[in-house]
Amino acid sequence: MSSVVSTTSKRRRRGRVEPMFYYFLVPALVLFTLCITVPALMGIYYSFTDSIGFGEYNFVGLNNYAVLFSDPAIVKSYLFTIGVSLLTVILVNVIALFLAIGLTSQIKMRTALRTIFVLPMVVSGIIISFVFQFIFANTVPAAAANMHLPFLQESILADPKLAWLAIVLVTTWQAVPSAMLIYIAALVTIPNDVYEASALDGAHSPQQLMRITLPMISGYVLINVILGFKGFLSMYDIIVGLTNGGPGTSTRSVAMTIFTGFDTGDYAYQMANSTIFFIITLAIALIQLRVSRGKAQF
Amino acid sequence: MTAQVLPETPLQEEVKNSAPRRRIRKSTSSAWIKTLLLALCSLTVLLPFLVAVLMAFKTTDQAILNQAFALPKPWSIEGFKEAWTLTNFPRTFAVSVLITVFTVLFSVLVSAMASYAIARNWKRKFFRFSSYYLMAAMFLPFPVLALSQVKLSGYVGLDNPVGVILLHVMFGLSFNVLLFTAFIRSLPEELEESARMDGASPWRTFWTIIFPLMLPMSATVAIFAMLSSWNDFMMPSMIIADPSLQTLPVVQKMFQTQFSNNYNVSFASYLLAMAPSIVAYIFTQKWVMSGLTQGAVK
Repeated sequence: MSSVVSTTSKRRRRGRVEPMFYYFLVPALVLFTLCITVPALMGIYYSFTDSIGFGEYNFVGLNNYAVLFSDPAIVKSYLFTIGVSLLTVILVNVIALFLAIGLTSQIKMRTALRTIFVLPMVVSGIIISFVFQFIFANTVPAAAANMHLPFLQESILADPKLAWLAIVLVTTWQAVPSAMLIYIAALVTIPNDVYEASALDGAHSPQQLMRITLPMISGYVLINVILGFKGFLSMYDIIVGLTNGGPGTSTRSVAMTIFTGFDTGDYAYQMANSTIFFIITLAIALIQLRVSRGKAQF
Repeated sequence: MTAQVLPETPLQEEVKNSAPRRRIRKSTSSAWIKTLLLALCSLTVLLPFLVAVLMAFKTTDQAILNQAFALPKPWSIEGFKEAWTLTNFPRTFAVSVLITVFTVLFSVLVSAMASYAIARNWKRKFFRFSSYYLMAAMFLPFPVLALSQVKLSGYVGLDNPVGVILLHVMFGLSFNVLLFTAFIRSLPEELEESARMDGASPWRTFWTIIFPLMLPMSATVAIFAMLSSWNDFMMPSMIIADPSLQTLPVVQKMFQTQFSNNYNVSFASYLLAMAPSIVAYIFTQKWVMSGLTQGAVK
């Protein structure tokens, strides 16, 4: 506590830290270490063993990792998770941007409409997925049969080739509002004059969108993409509610695969999977942050 | 990602600001067309809720007919009665409320205090590195740590709602500290200086001057914490060992297995579980929207 007093800094006139600041920070650090750091280190430790979750275990070096990369179930879960995340991020941002533009333009009943569009983000993902599950499995096929449509009479949730589509749709349904709110906040910062000036020069709406709106909110687009990826990569609730990973294992996300470590005896193996999952999540976040550097200015 | 949020920005202002600022030249007829288009889009949001309401008020005999959009005939509250007892609603609701209230309370207090210590001692290594340490978990999703945390929480007797509260607060810490430190930096240090001149202790200065000024950011943190802990499924389902201490979203899973054909009961239960957050949202929506936007734009 006897650090050098900087003469330029007013705050450390007395040369030592007020003890209160330690009381404020240290408990948080201790709890954080116990709740986050210790489990993280424990996970890495067990990933080098053959533990089944309890009892004795041996060290197996990098064995788990070596098996992991050639395990088709694992590779599939990563491809599925990343693919669905990517698609959802794109869909969410396109829809959210259009809704935000609509809701900030000259319209009637603005408050009511905005209230409705934000609704999906305040309800629980798993519960609304149960509702959607009923719609996809019962309502849609029944409606298709009534209208004598040749397709859609079978539930898409039961089709290994199409079940992912339901997951993308429901995840998008729930993720649009938060992205939309960010875009609304971004759009109201663009001065009106810019649009008026461009209209005088003869620019039409699509041109204004591409040349004015998008460049001016690029920072917010990146934030939405980063936050979106962060959430979608660990997707779990909505899949449990819709397909529970099925049919077969066709919609099993990485998080679901990791949780199988509880009951299959693959404890250490899934610890290794968790570690890889974290590295991939972090890598994706860092790539995005790197791209955003220099662009995100506001 | 370094936008400044002015401390004096009242919460309501952002909502007002989003009033029409784009082109005003357009005629009212085009405003009505846009409104109509948006209203049509909003049907996709309302549809699942409509299905849930219509199903919940049917009798079991009518619900099984698979006509989701048929009006209940007669309107029946049998489903609600049965859902109430099956899910042990009062108890489950109490657990959910308890987890949410304490998560919100501790999220605000712990992160506000830690952030104050960090922001006001930024030039000291200990505080600066503590902040980096906490930020490192920003992109750490729960599934990565789940296996270790479930094991540890069992060892130390925290495999209950208390453990969930602790983990909710800790997982939110990174993001909340980021929000709070940026906010505290925008508060002039002269405030504390003058309070000290007047003989106020640092403790008193924090609680009577700084903490009240942080209200806008506290509201944002509280809303984020509230939404995520009330709607969380993954963490309570993994951590809480005793099924009688489960939260509302988790107990809904029972309708997927045991009572899968009593659609009126399951939908009544979903409605009961979603209603509190929807009602809370409708009454506090101005705060929710401006709070979420403020957090997101940081």
